Amino acid sequence: MIAFENVAYSYGGGNLLSDVSLRLAPGSFHFLTGPSGSGKSTFLKLAYAELLPTTGKITLFDRDVTDLSRDDVARTRRRIGIVHQDCKFLDHLSLAANMALPFTVSDRESAPQDMEDLLGWVGLDHLAHALPPQLSGGERQRAALARAVIVDPDVILADEPTGNVDWEMSLRILTLLVELNKMGKTILVATHDLNLIRQAKAQIQARVLRIAKHRIQLAGADL
Amino acid sequence: MKLPAAKPASPTTRALQVVPPSGPTAWLTTFTAGAMTFLCVFALALSLASGRLADRWSEALARTATIRLSAPLDQVQIQTDAILSTLATTPGIASFRAIDDAEARALLEPWFGPDLPIEALPIPRLFEIVEADPGYDSEGLRQRLVAEAPGAVLDDHTRWRRPLAEAAGRIRLLGVLSIALIGAAMAAMITLAARAALAANAEVIRVLRLVGAKDSYIARAFVRRFTLRTLAGAAVGAAAGIAGVAALPAADAAGGFLTGLGFAGTGWLWPLILPPLAALVAFLATRRAAFTKLRELT
Repeated sequence: MIAFENVAYSYGGGNLLSDVSLRLAPGSFHFLTGPSGSGKSTFLKLAYAELLPTTGKITLFDRDVTDLSRDDVARTRRRIGIVHQDCKFLDHLSLAANMALPFTVSDRESAPQDMEDLLGWVGLDHLAHALPPQLSGGERQRAALARAVIVDPDVILADEPTGNVDWEMSLRILTLLVELNKMGKTILVATHDLNLIRQAKAQIQARVLRIAKHRIQLAGADL
Repeated sequence: MKLPAAKPASPTTRALQVVPPSGPTAWLTTFTAGAMTFLCVFALALSLASGRLADRWSEALARTATIRLSAPLDQVQIQTDAILSTLATTPGIASFRAIDDAEARALLEPWFGPDLPIEALPIPRLFEIVEADPGYDSEGLRQRLVAEAPGAVLDDHTRWRRPLAEAAGRIRLLGVLSIALIGAAMAAMITLAARAALAANAEVIRVLRLVGAKDSYIARAFVRRFTLRTLAGAAVGAAAGIAGVAALPAADAAGGFLTGLGFAGTGWLWPLILPPLAALVAFLATRRAAFTKLRELT
């Protein structure tokens, strides 16, 4: 689905990532950890083609990212649900309209029942008509997750999805991600929260990757 | 909680909704389009009126000619008869006549006053010729007059018509050039406004790209909005311009050159194409600006 082969990414003369090789198999669950500034977000941006590798090859759904046109990138992102720590919404649209955006931008209609089910799944059914600035941090994270999965993507990429919420809400978001993985979605979560990773490993088979010295390594039992 | 069923909306309407409804550039675009179209109406009026005047002058002067007779007193009547005889036998002349002293006095009165002793002055005798269709051979007539009445000079107004036609042609060209410049200025202003709007909505665009929006989808929202704003502004500007031109004094009432700067007949329909034309300019300018800016932003 997503494959990195000897990928390096440099910015401003310095290497952020070097010699990264990785393959996200369908239905897998990966955590990506490492200290702040280690390159986790850069890795995710490469994975959804916001950045292009300096060297090496990245393949998204069997296509080299360097061969993708801007329209191809847009079409590819409809197969990837993206959740950010500072999840952005369109503040003039209701929560329901924001969640329906992936449908809207592809000129499709979302079924009201599906939307209702999705809002209920993330526990925001009472806030369908609220505007994004009225939501708390946890509500925004869950809304972002709902928006990411509304078009039934193959892959979910989450960048510090629990960074702005308390432990209870972190567990709730983790539960949602685990449920998605059990539904067959490929999940990659970038986080520096080792407790969250331990909690997840108790529930599912998850691989933990660590970025150290610009390279990605498989983390061992020290977690 | 029951969600209301989404109202069926066209893709373009839904694209419009994802961009925040108003911004600082909204009034600027509408105002610019209105002001530019207002000016464009006057440039159009100038261009059409100069063309009309040129045609009128050329046509009026082309159909008439004048013969001036300057001869010694004892030769005046002899050569007058010779001229009239020559004109009577020249094909292509609809009518001709000698201008009498009373008419000559009336022509000179604005410059010399009513008591001009015209008989005592060496003023040439004038003959007016009105051309038939097809006209006469001016060079042949000129040669015959040299032979029959050596003091006669045929003036077919060519030397007056040419600079008049050239001047009118240049004024018309200036009008067209002004319209083109106004269109270019409007395109530049709308491009700037569109780029500012796109920059102000960079975060919105980033979200849209993240959820899989193509550039064409994002551009569609901005292009439609700017096109409609321009169309509305241009419609108001055109209406104001037409009203302004209509308020100018009528040419017949005042009779001057400047008072003829209006529209005539179907010419009043020309300003109606300006709003759609302005909208087309806005469409092309915004579309170009949108795709360029989108490549910069994401």
